[in-house]
Amino acid sequence: MKAFVKRYLAALVSLVAFGVFIASFARWREAAVANLWFQARTMLLVVPPIFILLGLIDVWVPRERMIKLMGSGSGARGAALAFGLGSFAAGPLYGAFPFAAVLMKKGASFNNILIFIGAWSTTKLPMLLFEASALGARFALSRLAIDIVGIALIAWAMNLALPAAEREKIYANAAAMD
Amino acid sequence: MDTIALYLLAVAGLAASALKDRKKTGMALKKAFKAFEGILPQFLVVLVLVSISLAVADQASISKVLGEGSGFIGILGASLIGAVTLIPGFVAFPAAAALLRGGAGVTQVAAFVSSLMMVGVVTLPMEMRYFGRRAALMRNALAWLFSLAAAFFVGWAVSL
Repeated sequence: MKAFVKRYLAALVSLVAFGVFIASFARWREAAVANLWFQARTMLLVVPPIFILLGLIDVWVPRERMIKLMGSGSGARGAALAFGLGSFAAGPLYGAFPFAAVLMKKGASFNNILIFIGAWSTTKLPMLLFEASALGARFALSRLAIDIVGIALIAWAMNLALPAAEREKIYANAAAMD
Repeated sequence: MDTIALYLLAVAGLAASALKDRKKTGMALKKAFKAFEGILPQFLVVLVLVSISLAVADQASISKVLGEGSGFIGILGASLIGAVTLIPGFVAFPAAAALLRGGAGVTQVAAFVSSLMMVGVVTLPMEMRYFGRRAALMRNALAWLFSLAAAFFVGWAVSL
């Protein structure tokens, strides 16, 4: 019970803060409540299949296999796979984090995890068509091109800047999430 | 639309898994639920942050920043708004198109779209839960800086 309260304390505080917010700012009340409803619905809709898929990956994909596919020795093919996985994934960025945790747990390299997160956030292929029709093909394609460069750059910089000990901590944390 | 594909994939995966091994499928579902419950507290925090930030930064105030404040301040403002909001693409793109038609600069709109996708200030509680404070903050800072560079590139490419 105590552990439960401790875990959910921040959530409870935010919900109370939300109540205080809509009570004190009448001009934003309606929009805030509508947003809460919309976002909660999106999350409840998108989240179940993501977690089911990562549960299936966790159970069925052997660690040796994942290391071979996306581990530190997987080279350009591993990076391409990480990029493809991220690009075809659906849903908001927060869906990528638990997915990344399972991939780390199974032995994917940190570099590939960063590429996966980057691809998930910016290079959604179905969204690209939509973006091109709304903002023009030139806008969408040049954004895609520069963002692919950005994904690689950010992965490279983070690999360089993050100490090995911190990286190990992240992997230990992912392994403990069972 | 891609949510349906996601469901089809999950259902197909579950069916294939159940045909092969009932017990393992049960384990997968159990793990799925545990993983979900593990992130639920951060989820709720993010939910509240998103709802409030989107209410305050509504389309009218966004277009005010992007429209009048052209130049670097407008770009900076656009990327900051993009960083703290969480809008799905199918809502963001038509909104961005409306901003363009309303006279906002391409670079400003590109800054907004780029940081909207790459930077997630409101989802930081979740990102930190998986990646730790340091890596999460670093990724978002780098992504934000990069979104500025991307905006200039897109602005230039469209003007060609």
